Amino acid sequence: MTGAVCQGAVLNKRHDNHHQSATAADGAIHRQSATKLKVGVDVGGTNTDAALLDGSTVLGSFKVPTSADVMTGVREAIAGVLHTAAANPSDVTAVMVGTTHFLNALVQRKHLSRTGILRLCGPTSRALPPMVDWPTDLSQCVDGGIAFGDGGVEFNGDPITALNEAAIRDQCAIWRQSDITAFAVTSVFSLVNPAAEIEAARIISEEIATANISLSHQIGQNGLLQRESATILNASLHALGQSTVNALKAAFAELNLNAQLYLTQNDGTLMSAEYAVRYPVQTIASGPTNSMRGAAFLTGLTDAAVIDIGGTTTDIGIISAGFPRTKSEGAALAGVQTNFRVPDVLSIGLGGGSIVNTENGLSIGPESVGYQLDSLARCFAGNTLTATDLVVAMGRVELGQPALVANIDKQLLAEAQALINHRIAEIIDRMKPSAEAIPAIFVGGGSILISGNLDGVSEVIIPDHFGAANAIGAAIAQVSGETDTIVPLEKTTREKALEAAIEAARDRAEAAGARRDTLETAYIQETPLAYLPGNAVRMVVKVIGDLRP
Amino acid sequence: MTDWLLTESDLKAIATGAGILGTGGGGSPYLAFLMAREQLRAGRRIRIIHPDSLDTDDRVLPLGGIGAPTVGIERLDNGDEGERLVSMIERVSGQTITALIADEIGGGNCLAPMFPAAQLDLPIVDGDGMGRAFPETQMTSFFIYGQPLSPSALTDASGNALVVTHATSARQLENIMRAASITMGCHAMMSTPPMSGEFVRQYAIPQTVTQAWTLGTAVETARQNKTDPVDAILQEAGGQLLIKGKVTDVERRVVDGFVRGVISIEGIADDRNRRLTIDVQNEYLVATEDGQQHAMVPDLICIVDLETGRSIGTEEQQYGLRVAVLVLPSPALLTTPIALESVGPRAFGYDFDFVPMVQKPAPT
Repeated sequence: MTGAVCQGAVLNKRHDNHHQSATAADGAIHRQSATKLKVGVDVGGTNTDAALLDGSTVLGSFKVPTSADVMTGVREAIAGVLHTAAANPSDVTAVMVGTTHFLNALVQRKHLSRTGILRLCGPTSRALPPMVDWPTDLSQCVDGGIAFGDGGVEFNGDPITALNEAAIRDQCAIWRQSDITAFAVTSVFSLVNPAAEIEAARIISEEIATANISLSHQIGQNGLLQRESATILNASLHALGQSTVNALKAAFAELNLNAQLYLTQNDGTLMSAEYAVRYPVQTIASGPTNSMRGAAFLTGLTDAAVIDIGGTTTDIGIISAGFPRTKSEGAALAGVQTNFRVPDVLSIGLGGGSIVNTENGLSIGPESVGYQLDSLARCFAGNTLTATDLVVAMGRVELGQPALVANIDKQLLAEAQALINHRIAEIIDRMKPSAEAIPAIFVGGGSILISGNLDGVSEVIIPDHFGAANAIGAAIAQVSGETDTIVPLEKTTREKALEAAIEAARDRAEAAGARRDTLETAYIQETPLAYLPGNAVRMVVKVIGDLRP
Repeated sequence: MTDWLLTESDLKAIATGAGILGTGGGGSPYLAFLMAREQLRAGRRIRIIHPDSLDTDDRVLPLGGIGAPTVGIERLDNGDEGERLVSMIERVSGQTITALIADEIGGGNCLAPMFPAAQLDLPIVDGDGMGRAFPETQMTSFFIYGQPLSPSALTDASGNALVVTHATSARQLENIMRAASITMGCHAMMSTPPMSGEFVRQYAIPQTVTQAWTLGTAVETARQNKTDPVDAILQEAGGQLLIKGKVTDVERRVVDGFVRGVISIEGIADDRNRRLTIDVQNEYLVATEDGQQHAMVPDLICIVDLETGRSIGTEEQQYGLRVAVLVLPSPALLTTPIALESVGPRAFGYDFDFVPMVQKPAPT
């Protein structure tokens, strides 16, 4: 666990500093008043981090290895951070959890519900069946019976065919016989008009009282196959969503926490536990988002590059207006192509454990000693020269036995630093939104590798608590609502269409737990569509606001 | 000549190569790829035949999609659009269709004939009418060299169909088809009139399915072997590298349903201090450096990701992308005086004549 040693050493140093200042500056005040504290938890592949916040003050953070059952790690991390900060569990009003739980379930094909799949499309859209581009073993796990039905609309809202209620009831009889209770309903252009999906859901729930139904217009975006896939994944995760939320609540009870539970979504905003039970798929890729949001919070910056340097790789993303910039193409989750937008992150093989090679010119990485830093690195009496050794030799951090690396050539150190800075600067340049120089925020244990100026970067910032940015990002998350619709402007005006889209997004945000009076429009994306008549425009609107207390 | 029976990996390579031949337009081949793959998995076959293997009295039907890609990914095909086109045209013309051919090899239309070809067990001619992607129907070598205008036909996913029995010009046919496709929900499958085997031998852009496969295979192989995909494309396709650089500016707007704009690319590494601009009208049309045109339509200006070789469409362009700009020579059939009237720079509103890439005049 050397990545962790490296990270831990720096982290502790920073934490000590912080605790002194927190206690001196405002700690006493917080302990006296019964404050509303928030805990952010990030369950990653390796570590589970918890951070405790009072308003915008970070009171502490705690890192434990992720447990196989997830819950043990979450419980230990929360208990650890409460203990470290000497906080009273009863002062915690909200716990925000970002977890890889659901993604793992899909990857391992475990705990998935068989799902009844209904596509409402009339005679169209029959050439490709649902799940056609899934890994076969996954679709076999999930397939609870596929049906095509009448319904759906054209791009301009004209109906393709009317819904056939009797046919849906007949199909329900088949599903009922095989004890299917999870359902995914997708109609053509449901983002233009969702009525068919809503009506079908009503019919299914009349036929099958225990039905839990996922509707595509509430989950995905334009692009039938991918939106349908996301809806099916969501339905198949429903039971696990319920048991996960139950287990988290049980863990809270053990810790004497009487806090609201939220899960963080792919876009860095929150959903209530009740909402998460209905839309588990929306939480699947929240890790990088939380890390970037935490970085933004720790620095107060809303537009910057965020560089997360770990033991083996460096992940670079961009925050714009306080939120991660997303990829234009959808994410593949467990081998399933969806149209979820996840953060646009580029990774390179450079980290604290990267192996330094001086033959045939200087190179650093992508090979890494990874977890074995504390046995293989020179500063730990090993035989491999790593990036961490160089930083120790430069005297920027004390790790292992600095004497073991004291004889490294000064010119090599200078060249290595220049190379590291150059490689990171190049990726930042590739990612940044314009040619203008932007600030660069470094988080993650490997941030010690950076020193000096980077080309195209206005400022290099390594904030306090940089090792727990992910958990802090979870703790400070807000609530959002999003709509994605295609509007032919011949029947309406651009202003009216936009107003309707924003209103729909606000309704969604409120349903997800936002205070309506705090909602602000975070972005509006209008794309004029090639080859569509009547000046059709695709409008994507997202609003964000504070959590309802 | 033996027929070429496509495998799934052939389909994948063809789709990748068709993306590059799309010169920034043509839409994504993904759904058409899945449809063709499903036919193979159902035990049917997709046969590709060389144009020279056609008999004079063969009847070849050109097929392609028409409409908005945004609709195509949401309201999917029924699957009988192609079959219905073939049977309708057979009925109206009294001829028996013996082979299919793609109107447009660039982008998604490359694979459009494969689904009906598998259903009907008709062979597909190794060729097409563009050798790339163009925005409009009348820009095929078929129409340029005298393919009749009727009977042409449209079918949609809901079961509607239209046969055009007379059109006064290729441009007017395009207008009729475009208007009808809009009322069909902005996505339809289209066929222009059947052509004789002899006509196809003479006027189809030859062996472009093979070209797409070759390009795609080069990229996929380079990816697997972790070698330079751009080098692989150049070696396999005989094109020319214009610049390796990064996108520094994208100016884009939609005019009359067509995406227009200018993309600026600044050179990196060996191309440092060079700056190239690319004019866009749905496809990449003209590459200019220091006021001089380096490449122009109908030569193929292809932009690919520097690391993966993946083709980058005009709608995906954004600041910071690392790209290679490649030029592949236009098929000879598109550079004759009569063809240039339809697909040369002046057809796209430019005030200059076509200068092929290889005969670029020396800088003065």
